[in-house]
Amino acid sequence: MNDAVSFSGWQRADGRKGIRNVIVVAYLVECAHHVTRRIVNLADDMDVHLIGFPGCYPNQYAYEMMRAVCTHPNVGGALLVSLGCESMNREKLLTEIRASGRPAELLVIQEAGGTKSTIELGLAAVKRLQSEAAKVARVPMYLNELIVGTICGGSDGTSGISANPAVGRCFDALVAADAICIFEETGELIGCETIMADRAITPELGAEIEACVAKAEHYYRVMGFGSFAPGNADGGLTTLEEKSMGAYSKSGSSPISGLIKPGDIPPAGGLYLLDVVPDGEPRFGFPNISDNAEIIELIACGSHVILFTTGRGSVVGSAVSPVIKICANPETYRRLAGDMDVNAGRILEGEATLDQVGEEILQHVIDVASGERSVSEELGHQEFILTYKAFEPIGPSCLPVRQIQ
Amino acid sequence: MTQTADPVAPQHAVLSPVILLHPDDNILVCVKQIHSGDALSIDGEIITSQIDIAVGHKIARIALNTGDKVYRYGAPIGSMTDAVAKGEHVHMHNMKSDYIPSHTRSRQNKDRSES
Repeated sequence: MNDAVSFSGWQRADGRKGIRNVIVVAYLVECAHHVTRRIVNLADDMDVHLIGFPGCYPNQYAYEMMRAVCTHPNVGGALLVSLGCESMNREKLLTEIRASGRPAELLVIQEAGGTKSTIELGLAAVKRLQSEAAKVARVPMYLNELIVGTICGGSDGTSGISANPAVGRCFDALVAADAICIFEETGELIGCETIMADRAITPELGAEIEACVAKAEHYYRVMGFGSFAPGNADGGLTTLEEKSMGAYSKSGSSPISGLIKPGDIPPAGGLYLLDVVPDGEPRFGFPNISDNAEIIELIACGSHVILFTTGRGSVVGSAVSPVIKICANPETYRRLAGDMDVNAGRILEGEATLDQVGEEILQHVIDVASGERSVSEELGHQEFILTYKAFEPIGPSCLPVRQIQ
Repeated sequence: MTQTADPVAPQHAVLSPVILLHPDDNILVCVKQIHSGDALSIDGEIITSQIDIAVGHKIARIALNTGDKVYRYGAPIGSMTDAVAKGEHVHMHNMKSDYIPSHTRSRQNKDRSES
């Protein structure tokens, strides 16, 4: 049936297709945040999203992330808002977004007459960008053109039994339909490195996967804390490796086709692991300070949709790509039903099987790709966070699929 | 709850508030709130729970000793720091990570480790 599934996408000039036509309004330093937020609030449109980078110091990762997000297939246009003295290379960013075939504008607050006039100019710019973006052609889009990312947040002792393996079933169906699926958070795969490496399509990729988990363990040890929140313990999880085994089941059972880093777009259908832990000696603090830092990295790798599993109950969404929330714990679902798309807790109450919930998640992916709003999207959740990091490019063994093609 | 006759429902979830995830596991996971005094069937033996156990938490499937590896999903998830009897709660008070120590809101520095 999956071959027949199609929905209407936006055709981008680079050949990719989007499932949304969002205008992003980006502050290029915290000093421009208020002006930018006011533009977005006054635009009052569900498809005008606030994004940005707070730092004044230069950072290659942050620049690449901004470029990747502003040229994401779900984005139809971008307004950049600069204070004027920060390090972000605004002219290069503007040029690269325009080169991707998208309309883009830049406002520099120091040159535009300050807060009030920049807000007025920004609102007019958003209107122009919206009318340009509305001209983009709609074309049929298929599952083999879709990229789906997954993350877990607020995990508990039920996550690894219900929601996570159900997402794994959905991933298996998507990979079978030649879609691209991405799982991540190598710091939450500590303890799974050996079994995960066995699923790599080449031994060299397997070695890269083991090395990246070892890197994550070293990094978190230096930080002094594993990727384990007090709420995880409240929900019955005792150790990082217990949490890892549960998180790992989101990946399903497909072979692992590659190891990518934030901003890398997987080259062909299959399952990919996203390494989110910085390279080199630990700098800049924790790898990802909260779930949305990981979500935006999945989006920078091209994810059109995010599958977010939660046991304790997270309410977040994201800018740019819709987030579908799958609740693992039936008691949490009853408390937070208004924030959840799928109740995987039914599995624990004997009311559904993993296969049934996996099918249901797949149907939600298709519906959301077809334009239906996810619950967090409808509620206006558009969280976005981007901080300092440093990465080396991936090694030659990380994408064997690219060499086969 | 649905009826046990439902052919697609996982039977363990219907029959018991605790489930076995893998035959090699030495813990069971609570999938329905257990109250103190509730009777639990563990591998055919009836045990009376002495405490409340919340959904998502673990109990010992067999008596465990200090240093024993704890198995869930058939994989090791840490080691016991204390002995427990069959049916007792297994959590932060008697079990630890073999990788990076877990922290709670009140215990943030005691087990801090540097590599």
